[in-house]
Amino acid sequence: MKRRELLKMIVAATGTAFVGSNVLAYTVIPMVDSKDSGFSKDEIAFFNEVGESIIPRTDTPGAKDADVGSMIAILLADCYTPVQRKAFKDGIMSLKAKAKSQYTKGFLLLTPEQRLLLLSSLDEEANMYNKKMALAETQDSENGTAVPHYFSMIKQLVLFSFFSSELGATKVLRYVAIPGSYDGDFPYKKGDKAWAT
Amino acid sequence: MANNHYDAIVIGSGISGGWAAKELTEKGLKVLMLERGKNIEHVKDYQNMHKETWDYPHRGRPTQAMKKDFPVLSRDYPLNEATFGMWANEQESPYIEKKRFDWYRGYHVGGRSLLWGRQSYRLNTEDFMANAKEGIAVDWPIRYEDIAPWYGYVERFAGISGNRDGLNVLPDGEFQPAMLLNCVEKDISARITKAFKGSRHLISGRTANMTEDKPEQGRTSCQYRNKCWLGCPFGGFFSTQSSTLPAAVKTGNLTLRPFSIVKEILYNKDKKRATGVSVIDAQTNEIYEFTSKIIFVNASSFNSTWLLMNSATDVWEGGLGSSSGELGHNVMDHHFRVGASATVEGFDDKYYYGRRPSGFYVPRFRNWGGDKRDYLRGFGYQGSASRQGWKRDVAEMGIGADLKDAISEPGPWQIGMTAFGEMLPEHSNRIYLDPNKTDKWGLPVLAMDVSIRENELRMRKDMQQDAIDMFEASGLTNVQGFEKEYYPGMGIHEMGTARMGRDPKTSVLNGYNQVWDALNVFVTDGACMTSASCVNPSLTYMALTARAASFAVDELKKGNL
Repeated sequence: MKRRELLKMIVAATGTAFVGSNVLAYTVIPMVDSKDSGFSKDEIAFFNEVGESIIPRTDTPGAKDADVGSMIAILLADCYTPVQRKAFKDGIMSLKAKAKSQYTKGFLLLTPEQRLLLLSSLDEEANMYNKKMALAETQDSENGTAVPHYFSMIKQLVLFSFFSSELGATKVLRYVAIPGSYDGDFPYKKGDKAWAT
Repeated sequence: MANNHYDAIVIGSGISGGWAAKELTEKGLKVLMLERGKNIEHVKDYQNMHKETWDYPHRGRPTQAMKKDFPVLSRDYPLNEATFGMWANEQESPYIEKKRFDWYRGYHVGGRSLLWGRQSYRLNTEDFMANAKEGIAVDWPIRYEDIAPWYGYVERFAGISGNRDGLNVLPDGEFQPAMLLNCVEKDISARITKAFKGSRHLISGRTANMTEDKPEQGRTSCQYRNKCWLGCPFGGFFSTQSSTLPAAVKTGNLTLRPFSIVKEILYNKDKKRATGVSVIDAQTNEIYEFTSKIIFVNASSFNSTWLLMNSATDVWEGGLGSSSGELGHNVMDHHFRVGASATVEGFDDKYYYGRRPSGFYVPRFRNWGGDKRDYLRGFGYQGSASRQGWKRDVAEMGIGADLKDAISEPGPWQIGMTAFGEMLPEHSNRIYLDPNKTDKWGLPVLAMDVSIRENELRMRKDMQQDAIDMFEASGLTNVQGFEKEYYPGMGIHEMGTARMGRDPKTSVLNGYNQVWDALNVFVTDGACMTSASCVNPSLTYMALTARAASFAVDELKKGNL
């Protein structure tokens, strides 16, 4: 049976004699515009540039293609605590200052190689810091009272925003909306992509 | 008034209420089903059912504003964007936590049948006898043999998939083909059987997700989306909406009234029978009365008891069923959030296809057969094996194209399992009406005073250590036990407070779920449980409800009610 017919049949099979009115179930939460996040277009563009160094476009889309910058702004604005948000903002300032002091120019003027070098050193610094503070990078920093190194927050936000995006989930990872069956002994060869969920 | 009289009133529309409505209407009774919350129509109202992660404003994550508004829901997974609006609003319907109690409720048509975990297991022979043998609480008034045919009856209709594993501890049922273990789980299952010489088993989970169509119900087998909690457009899992409600509607005998908060069961003390119910319209606050010959109370464990406490208070101060001194007492849940995880070496050329909405199950082995521990009862494990995804620890992978390549591929296989332990019925674990606080409709609210005790705490040590032992005995690496904070209610398996028993002096309900003090009132949800077993309870509520409904109709015909 085709799915569409099936859906029709399912709907036809129900329907109820009701008294009383109907209101919305499964509250639909409206999408949020990054304009309402309190972060400027330039800041969002900057997040995208940093994101692109972490998840670059290769033969598949990268962070900028998925506009991780907007998602990061929205998550920071709505899902993070003021303490975490401040730590993130301070971190971005610190990142910018590092670019200036090491290369005497702004981050956005650096070559991709320079950016990678700079951010890689920050990544190592973050790993050491977190180890010292016993903060796992995968820890959900939203709920923690301790704030991890700011670059860990950046990296977490980029990865989450990217792989939860449609491009990340469907073009970089694999995703099938309606698998229709289950195979627990499915062949895998090196290079095959992971399932998005 | 003519329109306000029915043969039967069913209070609540969740798993047990849906079954009561189906059984009673199919036996020819005119039934009014009352639901305190909004209506949700099958498929049509599942507004998020086709949404993907990227279709939610925060990719599903709760916002700080949501956390502030719903501090109880935010304690665990119920607070998210996908099911927002489906878990009861704690602002409108507060409760008192004398001790911390996480209460997750579904106030809408279908109740938690739309939000449940779907694991479906029968209680075993010992479960019904343990209280009597061990001198705990009171004896169940029924035995496994009394309920066995009803388990079969509800399994056939609901569509439970599972294997017939031939284990006494977990009686087989009338199943559709199981959702299979994946290759790694299968391998570890064999290793556990060998290492523990057949005394421990890792089997396919038994779940109310179908592996075969039920065209007569307009339901299709599970499509492996693993989005059950968004409502299933295929009717792939059992819910009121997909299964029992359409059956009840088909009879032409059902009237469903949403937004109807039953505030009191009306009681005739001379006849010792309930005569009907008093209802507040949740939207208009108007009061309505409906009368009926019998009443099925299926408002969810605590709300069913709340309703009894608010009824017939002119006769008994503590409400209908309180003459036993047990109404509101003996709260149980399944205590959990303890277990282990491990890495499985190898299987690099293996993966899986499809998102199975179930996993594996390890049936109870403690205090079973010859085993004897320093605590009573036991626990089972639920878990699964999978390859790690992009969320794995990427600290050492650096950044850039190499990181992207590495985490775009699946990581090593991991396995994890969580124990669900039986909680003993304890008289002092109780809920009661708080006189000082009311809800949005001016009704008194419940206070919870529940904690786990020595028996559970001792059991929890085994719950962690046995998981570690099983993984280590299977040759797995990186074996790590875990124990997270558990508070009663987190299992969302609240049970007890109006227990069944053999004696009206020590129990609220008799062996057919009738309130001793009003034989035409039946309570067949989790409130009736005399003990908790360690298996997921919903299937038992279904079976008890179908059994009680059949009995009720027979009694009506005989003129006994």
